[in-house]
Order: sequence, then C-alpha cells, then structure tokens
Amino acid sequence: MINDVFKADIKYMQVMDESGNIDGELFPKELTDNMLIEIYRQMNFARSVDAKVLSLQRQGRAATYAPLLGQEATQIGSAYAMRKDDFFVPNFRQHGVYLARKFPLDLFFLYWRGFEEGNAIPVGFNGTPVTVPVSTQLPHAAGLAYSYKYKGLSSTVVTYVGDGGTSEGDFAESLNFSGVFKLPLIFIIENNQWAISESRKKQTAAGTLAQKAIAAGIDSIQVDGNDAIAVYKATKDAIEKSASGPMVIECITYRMTMHTTSDDPSKYRDQSEVDAWKRRDPIIRLSLYLRSKGLWNDDNESEMHNAHAKQIDDAVAKAETFKPNPKSIFENVFEFTPNILKDEEQEGISNNFWQ
Amino acid sequence: MQANMVLALNNAIELCMNENNSMVLLGEDIGIDGGVFRVTDGLLQKFGEKRVIDTPLAESSIIGTSIGMALGGLHPVPEIQFAGFSYLAFSQAVTHAARYRSRTRSKMYLPMIIRMPVGGGVKTLELHSESPEAMYSNAQGLIVVEPSTPYDAKGLFIKASRMKDPVVFLEPTKLYRLFKQEVPDDMYEVEIGKARTANEGDDFSIITYGTMVNVVQSVIEKRKLSADVIDLRTINPLDEDTIIESAKKTGKVLIVQEAPLSFGVGAEVAARIAEKAMYELDAPILRLGAPSLPYPFPGYENYYVPNEKKISAYIDRLLSM
Repeated sequence: MINDVFKADIKYMQVMDESGNIDGELFPKELTDNMLIEIYRQMNFARSVDAKVLSLQRQGRAATYAPLLGQEATQIGSAYAMRKDDFFVPNFRQHGVYLARKFPLDLFFLYWRGFEEGNAIPVGFNGTPVTVPVSTQLPHAAGLAYSYKYKGLSSTVVTYVGDGGTSEGDFAESLNFSGVFKLPLIFIIENNQWAISESRKKQTAAGTLAQKAIAAGIDSIQVDGNDAIAVYKATKDAIEKSASGPMVIECITYRMTMHTTSDDPSKYRDQSEVDAWKRRDPIIRLSLYLRSKGLWNDDNESEMHNAHAKQIDDAVAKAETFKPNPKSIFENVFEFTPNILKDEEQEGISNNFWQ
Repeated sequence: MQANMVLALNNAIELCMNENNSMVLLGEDIGIDGGVFRVTDGLLQKFGEKRVIDTPLAESSIIGTSIGMALGGLHPVPEIQFAGFSYLAFSQAVTHAARYRSRTRSKMYLPMIIRMPVGGGVKTLELHSESPEAMYSNAQGLIVVEPSTPYDAKGLFIKASRMKDPVVFLEPTKLYRLFKQEVPDDMYEVEIGKARTANEGDDFSIITYGTMVNVVQSVIEKRKLSADVIDLRTINPLDEDTIIESAKKTGKVLIVQEAPLSFGVGAEVAARIAEKAMYELDAPILRLGAPSLPYPFPGYENYYVPNEKKISAYIDRLLSM
C-alpha cells in the first residue's frame, strides 16, 4: 500500500489591491483611520530618509548604503504591528523598521556616515544593529526568543531575511531550532525578487519561499508585501499566536533600485520589469485608499513632506557635528583593554600617526 | 577533592549554574548523554531541560543561538562536540561573537563560554584532533583559554563565567582523564590573561600551553634541567609581560606547541620576544610544533604530535647555541 502521510498548502493574502480597493472581510477591525494615516506617514518618512542617505552618499557624506525603495509596506506594516516590548532583529535593509520604531534619526545618519557610534541603541528600543553577513542574524533571533521564553516574558521576536538569505544554512538551522523549541519568533522574508544580480529563480526550485517553513514544522503564509495592510495583519496575527510557536511570512515585494550604492542593476535586469513594479508602488496604493475615504489631500501631503524634510535636515546636521575619537575603537573590544591593545593605541596617539 | 579535568570542569559548571540562574548549557548530546566526554554528566538531572539543552545537530546555530541568548540576558555555555566541527560555526564566532561589543561600542556585549575539546593523541577519526587556537585568537575580540591542569580548568571556567565577553574555552581531549590533582571544592578563580610559571629555572625558558605542558615538564624533570616553563593558559590576550620577563632572565627561549608550526601561536610569541628582548637573548628563538600539514589519521599520529624525544633534541640544540 501507499498512503499520503503529509500534505500542505501555502496561502496568499492581499487586503488592499493596487488601486487602493479593500477586501472588507480581511480588513483588520482595530485598524483606525488615524493608524492608517500614521502608517502612510511612516512609509513616506522612510522613503524620504532613504533618498537623503542616497544623496549624501553621492556627495561623499555617507558610506556604502543599501536603499529600501519599494519595500516600505513590508517594513512599516510589520513594524507597526509589533508591540513596544517585541524585539526586532534586522539584516541590513530594514531602515523602515528602525525608523517606525523611533530609532534616533541622528544616530541613523551617523551609522551610515561610517561610524558605529550610531549603533548606540537606546535602552528599550528592542532591536539589534545592522547585520551584514546574510542570514547570520537569524540564529540570534532564535536565541533572543529562547531567552524571552526562558524568562517567562511574553515578548515576540521579529526577524527579517531576504529572498537570497533563504538559501543560507543559518536560515534552515534557525527555522529548525525555533520549530523544535516552539519559540515566539516571526521570520519575515522580504522577497524583493533580487539578491544583487541573482533573481529569485536562481535561489531555489521551490515554488514559494514560505513553503520552506513546512519542513521545519512551522506555519507560514505569503502576503502581498506592497500592501501595508496585509503585512500588518499577517504580522499582528502571528504575534498574537506566537506563544504557541514561530511563523514565517513571505512578503512579495520588489527592490525598486540598486542593491547598494555600489551596484548597477541595469547590468542584470530590464527597466520594463522595474516599470511594471512601479505600478504596484506601496505608497501610491495607500494614498489612493486614504484619498478615496477623504482622509488625505494635497495640503496634507505637502505639509507632511515639509515636516519630514526639516526633521531630516536637523538630524543630518546633528550627525555631522560628530568628531571621531579613536579611543572608541581601541577600548570597546573587551570589557577590559589588554596591554597589547593599550600599547597599540598609545603608539598611534604619541606619534600622531592618525593626523 | 582529587579530580581529573573532566570532573573539575563538571564541578565548575555545576557551581557556576548554581551561582547564576541565567547560565544555560547547549550542544549536541550534552543532556542525557552528559556530553561525549561526560563533562556535563548529571547536569540535566540537576538543572532540567530548560537549562541543559540538547540541540539539533547544527553547529552554526549552536553558536548563533547562544549569541542571541546572551543578547537576551542569559549566560550561554555552548559546547561544540569537537573543535573540528566548530568550523561550521566559525562564521558566527568571528563575525558576531568577536565583534558585538565593538560594533555597538559596548552598548551590547556577549557573556558566553564556547567550550570545545581540542588536540590529538587519542586515536580519533578525522577532524577530532584539531588545534584551532590561533584561528580563534586571530579573530580579534575573542578571549581564548586552554588549561593544562584540572585546577586551572576549574578556575579558568569560573573566571570565564564572571566575564562579560565571549571566551573560547579549549579543553585538550588528551588531558581530560590523563591525571588527577587536588582541586578545591569551593569556587576560585584563575586569572584570564595571566600565564602560569609551571617551573622555575635559570638556563633557558620554554613557553608552551595545553597538552605540551606536561610533556615538557616530564623532559625537564627526567633530565634535571634548570628551566622556566611558562604555561600560557590564556592564548588571547597574551601575557606578554611574563613571557618577556622570562626571556630576559634566561636569554634562551624554546616555544613548544602541539599545533602545526606555520602561522601558529609560537610565531606570535617569538615575534614579541624578538621585538622586546632581542638584545638580552644569547641564542635564536626556537619554535617546535607539529609539521605544517593537516592533522593526519591516527595511523600517522605518532609522526605528527610533538613528543619528549623531539622536545629533548630541541633543548639540546638551544643549549648548544
């Protein structure tokens, strides 16, 4: 005989379509007009900050930068669903999550200027710094979730990974670990279709990235990642049931610009593809919805942009007053400073090697 | 109590877990099995599954998860079953454990002890006999210790458990059960970053650590030589002062390591002596280690691991210069 021993399916959720039409049955009842306006503002703020760092980088005033353009709904929608005591573990492109969770803007600019002093994460912010090696942040998220469970706290950990990151061993190991120990952990896959020059198809033969959760015994869902309401709902639902175990949310979105400031996407993808995704812009559709309900108009739009511009300029100005002090790199390797390091620091200071 | 290194470590871990409710152990076979060398034997029964965690077989996530636990306020003690398997977790150790404090300018730091058996001489399979101390020390940001006695193993572990930075705790497999010594029942610390003068003498200095300490001591005793024997105990940060002081005192230095010679700890020690004590030496610094090749299968182990005969010959060469 031969029997089915296991069956699974993956659902796809969209609440708001590209024209701003809402699926009333799925629309989260607790999401008030003011909350939607706040999500819209945060998405715009993230886009404006993103554009600013890009411009600073082109002027030589910022280091290499990985823009988020196009991924605002995935980042703000999920961040907005998180509670204050929840913890987030990013990779290197979650600027929107940092900003929505009120990371000090001057520190944000300082970090991207090339100073880790910008990683002086305030107590209570509940997030880790940028993680550069792809997917290596995921086991940290699992360990954090274990520590919360160990202490009997109800916090949930939300971590982010790209489509390319799902090919890494740490992705599989973390899913597996969090499944075994039923950790309060949500993996948000920001499937932006491109890992630098490698398209989504080059990463896996699997039809969805969400289904990678199945082998680890974890629930998963795929959502329209350019629909802030769907991302919010999926994250909120996952947080609410996270005490019983982890969840994977694959957000289908698009990296509308370069991987980093060192990248030229015209080498590997057609502009027609980018243009097609522009019609699915996450900010436009929320704007259409808010305007159709009479919640937003041109005056609101220009007031918002003016306020954001001032906030951004003030923060950049503050970040640019920072003066580096090499003590900070020598004296923060260990809790103590070994003699050998003291000697090396002193050598630099007394000989003026750094002038 | 009379204890070998396994018992001394088991006792140290138990005392530390009693002292610190945030300490958790995780690794492969560390629970019901007590670890393949039995270092964690009985601790599951004493502390329960929440604190003594048999993990899935995934080295990278054993270290990576420990990093997250440390960020979450726990004091994890991950065990990698053999150092040769730690290469799967090397990325987590180097890219995160070594860098978190620096990356956040001490706003976040990682109290954790990464335990792993190292070294050979016990006829194991491939990749069960590695000596990766130089690799971990080269990461810059990891404290690396390697005890050579049960007393130091317990004291170093207790000290490590009270530190706020990651300590790579290398346990020489060969020494786990090689000999017993008197070890205090209570908690005591052995300073990290401080070498031990295992023997004092005048004619020359031997700087060594781990499995080689006892082999060197044996040669010195049998030949009734007058030599300083410095047991580094901590590889990183190196106790430069003790090394330089001994080199200046005797004027002749031999460095002995089990690890392959090229790019090893001995090279670092030799360079520092050359920079700071050259004019007080009356012979070139000699280094002795395993040949610069991958650790061989057990059939060729005796051709590889430095032994008393080789050490004795190097001493003769040093004294004839």
